[in-house]
Amino acid sequence: MTARNRELLGLFPVAALITAGFTAVYMARSSDLGSVSLTYGGIFLALCLTVHMFVRAKLPDADPYLFPLVALLSAFGLVLIYRIDDTLARQQAAWFVVGIVLFVATIYLLRDIRALQRYRYVIAAIGIGLLMLPRLPGIGAQVNGAYLGVKAGPITFQPTEFAKLCIIVFLASYLVERGEMLVLGARRVLGVTIPPLKHFGPLLVVWGASMFMLVFIRDLGSSLMFFGAFLALIYVATGRLSFVVAGLVMFVVGSWFFAHTVHHVQERIDIWLDPWNDPQGSGFQIVQSLFAQADGGLFGKGLGQALLNLPGGAQIPPAPDTDLIYAVITNELGLFGAAGVVLAYMLFAERGFRVAVMSDDGFLKLLATGLTAVFALQAFVIVGGVTRVIPLTGVTLPFVSYGGSSIVANFVLLALLLMVSQEARAPRAAPHSPVVTR
Amino acid sequence: MNARITHLFGIVVVLFAALVGFTSYWSVFHAGALEANRANKRPLLEQQRVRRGLILARDGTVLARNKSTGSGANKFYSRTYPDGSLFPHTVGYNYVSRGNSALERKYNDDLTGKANEIQTAFDELRGKKREGNDLTTALDPTAQRVALSGLAGRAGSVVAIEPQTGLVRVMASVPGFDLNAVPDNFARLVRAPDAPLLDRAAQSGYPPGSTFKVVTAAAALDSGKFTPNSVLNGKSPQTIGGVPLSNFSNEQFGDITLTDALTHSVNTVWAQVGEKLGKSLMYKYMNRFGFDRKPGIDLPPDELRSSGVYSNGKLLGPSDAIDIGRVAIGQERLQVTPLQMAMVASAIANGGHLMRPHLVEKVTDPDGRTVRRIKASEDSKVMSEATARSLGDMMSKVVQEGTGTAAALQGINVAGKTGTAEKGNANQAWFIAFAPVGAPRVAVAVTIEQTTGQGGTVAAPIAKQVMETLLRGK
Repeated sequence: MTARNRELLGLFPVAALITAGFTAVYMARSSDLGSVSLTYGGIFLALCLTVHMFVRAKLPDADPYLFPLVALLSAFGLVLIYRIDDTLARQQAAWFVVGIVLFVATIYLLRDIRALQRYRYVIAAIGIGLLMLPRLPGIGAQVNGAYLGVKAGPITFQPTEFAKLCIIVFLASYLVERGEMLVLGARRVLGVTIPPLKHFGPLLVVWGASMFMLVFIRDLGSSLMFFGAFLALIYVATGRLSFVVAGLVMFVVGSWFFAHTVHHVQERIDIWLDPWNDPQGSGFQIVQSLFAQADGGLFGKGLGQALLNLPGGAQIPPAPDTDLIYAVITNELGLFGAAGVVLAYMLFAERGFRVAVMSDDGFLKLLATGLTAVFALQAFVIVGGVTRVIPLTGVTLPFVSYGGSSIVANFVLLALLLMVSQEARAPRAAPHSPVVTR
Repeated sequence: MNARITHLFGIVVVLFAALVGFTSYWSVFHAGALEANRANKRPLLEQQRVRRGLILARDGTVLARNKSTGSGANKFYSRTYPDGSLFPHTVGYNYVSRGNSALERKYNDDLTGKANEIQTAFDELRGKKREGNDLTTALDPTAQRVALSGLAGRAGSVVAIEPQTGLVRVMASVPGFDLNAVPDNFARLVRAPDAPLLDRAAQSGYPPGSTFKVVTAAAALDSGKFTPNSVLNGKSPQTIGGVPLSNFSNEQFGDITLTDALTHSVNTVWAQVGEKLGKSLMYKYMNRFGFDRKPGIDLPPDELRSSGVYSNGKLLGPSDAIDIGRVAIGQERLQVTPLQMAMVASAIANGGHLMRPHLVEKVTDPDGRTVRRIKASEDSKVMSEATARSLGDMMSKVVQEGTGTAAALQGINVAGKTGTAEKGNANQAWFIAFAPVGAPRVAVAVTIEQTTGQGGTVAAPIAKQVMETLLRGK
């Protein structure tokens, strides 16, 4: 079977899921929803088929499972957001279309993915610029004490979602060239490998940028995600665990320092350590998240069945469509449903790393590794926050949470991964290969 | 490099495993503790999504029903009380902001359909919505209105019981309040000096005055130490418990029978009876009548009060220093609830069998099927049938020719006993009664606080009207 037919086959369970999901929500709320809502599923599937046909034409040999996994997660997200608020679901569907347009545009315009290497400093500059946007007066928007959003007219967008792509592209292209030198030029002092400052400098810049984010945009989650991806790339590029350990130590020390000096970060950590100190105030979000999960149990309350909207118009848990969507998943679909979602992310990571393994170009290998790592880390940071593994911060659950920037940026991420995959899996032009017949 | 990528995937697997591990902890292993957490308002909010059962009077009048807001998954129910001032203390309220009380509280599991967990789980599997069960009480709205208008705004209480079953027909407490006003006016109701939230029928301890003489009489006759014709001297004053005791208005009586002493409510005679019976015998009968413990009525125990002799908020027993002669005539530190006195009348009416008082007759599911019927059960055998008959005859004399003539009903033989306990400058007026003598269908207790009238003049007429309504009503 060809890769594309496998992809098509992979879309069947997605079709089943979205149909069942919408039907379940529809049935749970039949009294106040028109049957029009059921056409959402149909439109979504038509969009998926469009993407499939495009990939079939442009990237025929690319990994066949990545897109069905994304479609699965998106379907999941769409059904859940529809269940939470059908107006938001309509907007999310619109963002899904925009994401697909950008996906197509990326593949179409970026004919040779290796070309990215040439613009690495420009791309890095764009990335840093994006990170600073939220603090610019006039357009920066502060949400829950963190500077995550940028307001441009009616649209709020989250530049960190796009910045993460820029930073990964930069790191991959930088490390493929200098990674070896970090090791070769290193001196060993008292058993510790110290890389030459000349080559290590740019990496210190990235570490600095992470710390800077922590302080400047006050976003613990994003800096964790960035720095994690950075360490993953360092490790894959150099093979030196000592660099990773040193990096982790630096991050922890840096975080500890800022936790004691920046109030917002300190508060986040205090809430994480003891949410019961103020369950109605600062601990409200995480405490409600845990209550919602406890309410779900093994099998959940069923789609559309759990308590979410309160008589006064408030919702528990708060921010059910974005930060705490995983708590809603556990609430309505239980431990099994939630584990299924985590499994989908793990399978995506597995396919992403496989793309990296199969690629024989150093840059593309690191690029695929970085993109996959940052994607997996993003899922980990938000799910970990919701389940109190780490402090809760405002990062979206890729393809599931409501949010245009997240959907669009992650579709670009998917486009890049598929392009790397096409490069890796495309049959080499082999004019002299003999035709074996028996 | 590929090996390192594999290592990286290994780390991702470990991280994701931690996520599943933590999710399992919160959603399954630690879920019970989280659900019981005080900060968790979900169970309370969840109850609002259940159509709560109705509370009905015996005649089908709806005493508590629901109004809903929103629709579908956002549909929430809240309580509304069609006549919220009729039985506020007995029906009780149920609001998320204020919690619940009385029947709403006692039968919360039935009303929210939670009584049977297995059935609930089964219904949920079948996609059937959880619904509350309805309560049918024996309460009688017409008689309750008669009781309330009889009290006419004077603080007090009326309780009427069906003697054979213990079913409560009337349970009035004045001042009252409107159940529908609870969410907005709770603070004001709590602070109000006349304590409208207090259920005087079951929570107020009053000196019973001479109504308590029927308890003494039951002990006297049933123990065999006296007969209705036993003769004692009724001069006034006489030394009781070392202190002179007078009759009402210092009225003088010569040697008179116990029947006449009850008819005319002669203090000095009944105090002598009490002293002769002694504390332990008196207490034996008091206990049989239900004193010294909370009544077994289907209301939350902390909304009930025990009747008995109190000192500093504590119940005294037969081994304590008590002036039993004065207890025998309803003085000393005796504090009784109107419900307890209705139980006394009910036990005499029912041939000496005290039935456990209760409000709810049956619980029905939303389709009208009876889930369970609350059967009449005997609390205690207070006295022999013969004693009860003799005592009933003595009490009917009270209504025919004694202090309780105001309770006499045309063509119906009523047995009763008046009581007037002096509290400072005002009286606590009482009347307890049952009718018809021979085949009683109603027993009643009426009391009015802080009145200038006496039991026979202010309480007896209310008892008469309530009994008449209940007897004619069927």
